[in-house]
Amino acid sequence: MYKIYSINGPVIKIKGSTDFKIMEMVFVGTNKLMGEVISVSKDFTVIQVYESTTGLKPGEPVENSGEPISLSLGPGLIGNIFDGIQRPLTDIANASGNYISPGTTASPLDLEKEWEVRFTVEKGETLQPGDVFATINETDLVIHKLMAPYNLRGQVTEVKPNGKYRIKDIIISVKDDKGDVHKLDMVQKWPIKTPRPFIGRKPMSIPLISGQRVIDTLFPIAKGGTAAVPGGFGTGKTMMQHQFAKWCDADIIVYIGCGERGNEMTQTLEEFKELIDPKSNKPLIDRTILIANTSNMPVAAREASIYTGITLAEYYRDMGYHVAVMADSTSRWAEALREISGRLEEMPAEEGFPAYLPSRLSQFYERAGFVETLNHLEGSVSIIGAISPQGADFSEPVTQNTKRFVRCFWALDKELAYTRHYSAINWNQSYSEYINDLSKWYNKNVGVSFLHHRQLFIYLLSEENKLMEIVKLIGKDVLPDDQKLILEISRVIRVGYLQQNAFHKDDTYVPLNKQLKMMEIIMYLYRVSQEVIRQGKAFSLLLNTNLFEKVIKIKYDIPNDKLEMFDDYYKMIDDAMNKIL
Amino acid sequence: MDLQYIGLRRINGPLVFVENVKDIGFEEVVEIKLNNGDTRHGRVVEIQEELAAVLVFEGTQGLSLNNTTVKFLGHPMQIGLSEEVLGRMFNGLGKPIDGLGSIYVEKYLDINGLPLNPVSRKYPRNYISTGISSIDGLTTLIRGQKLPIFSGAGLPHNELAVQIVRQAQIAEFQGEKFGVVFAAMGVKNDVADYFKRSFEEAGVLEKVVMFLNLSNDPIIERLITPRAALTTAEYLAYVHDMHILVVLTDMTSYCEALREFSSSKGEIPGRKGFPGYLYSDLASLYERAGIVQNSNGSVTQIPILTMPNDDITHPIPDLTGYITEGQIVLSRDLHQKGVYPPIGVLPSLSRLMKDGIGEGYTRADHQDLMNQLYASYARVMDARSLASVIGEDELGPIDKKYIQFGNLFEKYYLSQSMTRSRTIIETLDLGWDLLSVLPKSELDRVNQELLDKYYDQDKASKDFSIDDRIQIIDIGKEANK
Repeated sequence: MYKIYSINGPVIKIKGSTDFKIMEMVFVGTNKLMGEVISVSKDFTVIQVYESTTGLKPGEPVENSGEPISLSLGPGLIGNIFDGIQRPLTDIANASGNYISPGTTASPLDLEKEWEVRFTVEKGETLQPGDVFATINETDLVIHKLMAPYNLRGQVTEVKPNGKYRIKDIIISVKDDKGDVHKLDMVQKWPIKTPRPFIGRKPMSIPLISGQRVIDTLFPIAKGGTAAVPGGFGTGKTMMQHQFAKWCDADIIVYIGCGERGNEMTQTLEEFKELIDPKSNKPLIDRTILIANTSNMPVAAREASIYTGITLAEYYRDMGYHVAVMADSTSRWAEALREISGRLEEMPAEEGFPAYLPSRLSQFYERAGFVETLNHLEGSVSIIGAISPQGADFSEPVTQNTKRFVRCFWALDKELAYTRHYSAINWNQSYSEYINDLSKWYNKNVGVSFLHHRQLFIYLLSEENKLMEIVKLIGKDVLPDDQKLILEISRVIRVGYLQQNAFHKDDTYVPLNKQLKMMEIIMYLYRVSQEVIRQGKAFSLLLNTNLFEKVIKIKYDIPNDKLEMFDDYYKMIDDAMNKIL
Repeated sequence: MDLQYIGLRRINGPLVFVENVKDIGFEEVVEIKLNNGDTRHGRVVEIQEELAAVLVFEGTQGLSLNNTTVKFLGHPMQIGLSEEVLGRMFNGLGKPIDGLGSIYVEKYLDINGLPLNPVSRKYPRNYISTGISSIDGLTTLIRGQKLPIFSGAGLPHNELAVQIVRQAQIAEFQGEKFGVVFAAMGVKNDVADYFKRSFEEAGVLEKVVMFLNLSNDPIIERLITPRAALTTAEYLAYVHDMHILVVLTDMTSYCEALREFSSSKGEIPGRKGFPGYLYSDLASLYERAGIVQNSNGSVTQIPILTMPNDDITHPIPDLTGYITEGQIVLSRDLHQKGVYPPIGVLPSLSRLMKDGIGEGYTRADHQDLMNQLYASYARVMDARSLASVIGEDELGPIDKKYIQFGNLFEKYYLSQSMTRSRTIIETLDLGWDLLSVLPKSELDRVNQELLDKYYDQDKASKDFSIDDRIQIIDIGKEANK
């Protein structure tokens, strides 16, 4: 029996040499608060506690569990909301009311629910690690596959008949090479800080389509890729994560609310129950796992929530699904590291963050990837991490270090947010390194002109950027007509294309074929206008046609399922131009 | 039997260290008796086996190593509450200071509170009509929201807070149980007095609970003040189903007290000397706003903070903005122009408004109208900066229109008398009237339907003074040429 020696916030110490293991899960005090061993020395064992330590006394017992902090993986995860250490928040609310008191426990998975299990193996068959032995319809959208543990290879000696079972029922027995019989139920344990194994990584060649024009067109992310979304407060990080979680074409969404607002998590929860996935007509919650560790919950659990989320994602990846992880926000996680590090009196590096911040960030982002799973399926984990830089200054350590480990950078811009231009992704600062990997896919599935038009857009926007420098000094009126046209068409691109209204029923999600058609018509308008100017006609004649305004409003005026309406616009442009010429 | 400990081992700033203690809990409350009969209070902030560090709220002046007796009370800091607290005034620790004696206690509550389970929250949707156009129209306040006012020294944040409280209670809470919890942290005596007088004049004093830790009160007491206030607010909201507005002023003083406490504890400082856990600590206060499932009450927070040197990237406003659901930023520029309330529109934001406005809440056109006003006002800034380079006369007609729109917007929309309350319909119509100054083709955030319904240049000009009307027509003529 070990006893608490000292208490300092979430950090407690035990004196004397003990046999605790690093990263071992422990139970602290008479309330059995969950904690983790973070350092061991001859004199002290240091433990961070995942719950509030108010009222804890020195001398209270500390119990070791012999295991690292692990998750229970099995059917019933989807549609649920957990805190950072996988406690189901709905069950806790039902059991102990509105507040989460320290020491509250509940089983992460429903132990009583009966699942309809269909076995895919028979007695006598051989199971390899990761092989699927049964399937369950977890929700209307997700078929849960029960897999053999990664370290088990053997012959099936007994299988239950198809039917209803609870998750702790023994449903299959496997005899390994040594002759030991393993009896399996539906639950696997997996330590949160260990990546789950797979056969190998594959090149990332499929985009994660979100229906957000600025992302799909200008800065796409691949399935299995990583992206960072930095932005000061009020620039729409959370809104963007929500849009992604709602509309991106992943099979499973893991949404981690890490140190963020309680009301926002409630909103996500309510909204996802009501929102209908356009592809399957089922509620979005049927493919979503929420992890909520709001800013007023204990700080150490904030750190755990990131690992909990990514481990859940890997589990579903191993079933052959494409999983997208939204982490909002990774800065809060980094601050949790800083806070704990400060309490341990470690030597701080940049801005008080611990020196191991970059390695922790890289370990997290490297758990993304497009892989061949142990059972020879293809699955992926994509990570989209929000960053809340202090003072909206992108040179701070979390942004800078994250930049080294992600290949998509969507910089949110305060100026754009002030004008209510959402998504406020700044096209001059943002980038995506995936575009070359994905070009084949775009050419094959959307059209060869897609990337060509993308390039033109980027060119025009950078030209506009240069011209604006001049305009700021001398005004717009002195520019020659062809440059005025560049400014005008860039405005169409900015307002009519890049800016997107999340609250509009059609504009909130735009399929790729409409994106292409919108680009085509904008560039068509540009080419025709160029011709008009080349013929020496005044620019004001073009403005008076009102065509630019009409093209800007296409995003609202043409519904996503009536793309044939674009033909009318081409005709309108032609008619108007003929009149001028 | 209560154990008492005689003498201290060490005194360091507001911290005292007690030796050979047994069975002491983390964050337990402590009573310290001095030889001269004085009693002080403290809280255990760190324990190492038999040595406890105790933070003394009232300060350590006059304490020596052997003139004290320390008693541990066996529970974390609590506050005794009942409905009687309404209309009363307390010090920063929750002791009555209005001379009316102690209150009858129905329930003792831990002032630290516990984290609210996100599943138990109700998403806030009902907007609070404050009668102030720039808030109702552009940064709508929602019941259960935490919306801070970012201000600077010398700006009228106190007046604004009082106006919100006064007008909100008249328009919004008629017939409902309404209350105000006011926590002053490190504010000057006359400021506290101003709030008290204003509440009195508004006739709400019997619905106000005041917690005062003035600038000459012990600094460490400030760490307790907002927690006592929020515990009171939660109690009134969730036990007595009241709608509570919490005004916390000034959060900057609170953070500075936290910094002082942290450095005396010898902690490693983060940015600008503030402790690394400033974010978590502020979150533990701000997150106590909201609505819970099984209660009809709500806690709405309006924290006020003065930005040191008007710097919005200073850690205090920065971290606050990351936790709160938006911010109302006061602008010194507008203040100097004589605009009251000087709400700097562009950096201000209400995150919860999107779900609390529009059809069924305010009016269907609210969202688009707001976006358009923001976008147009942002264009005004561009036009103004261009004008400052090439001179206003050299501007093109459209830019001139924008300059004019900007001036009218500040004069008619932002400016408002301290006693004038506008209904939401008045505010929305005023917005359209101002937009009608601009050519229709400039309004790209609203659809044709709304334009047809609300865009009306003739009606619009009736709102403005004769001079302004003539100017509108003049520039309009030039634009048409």
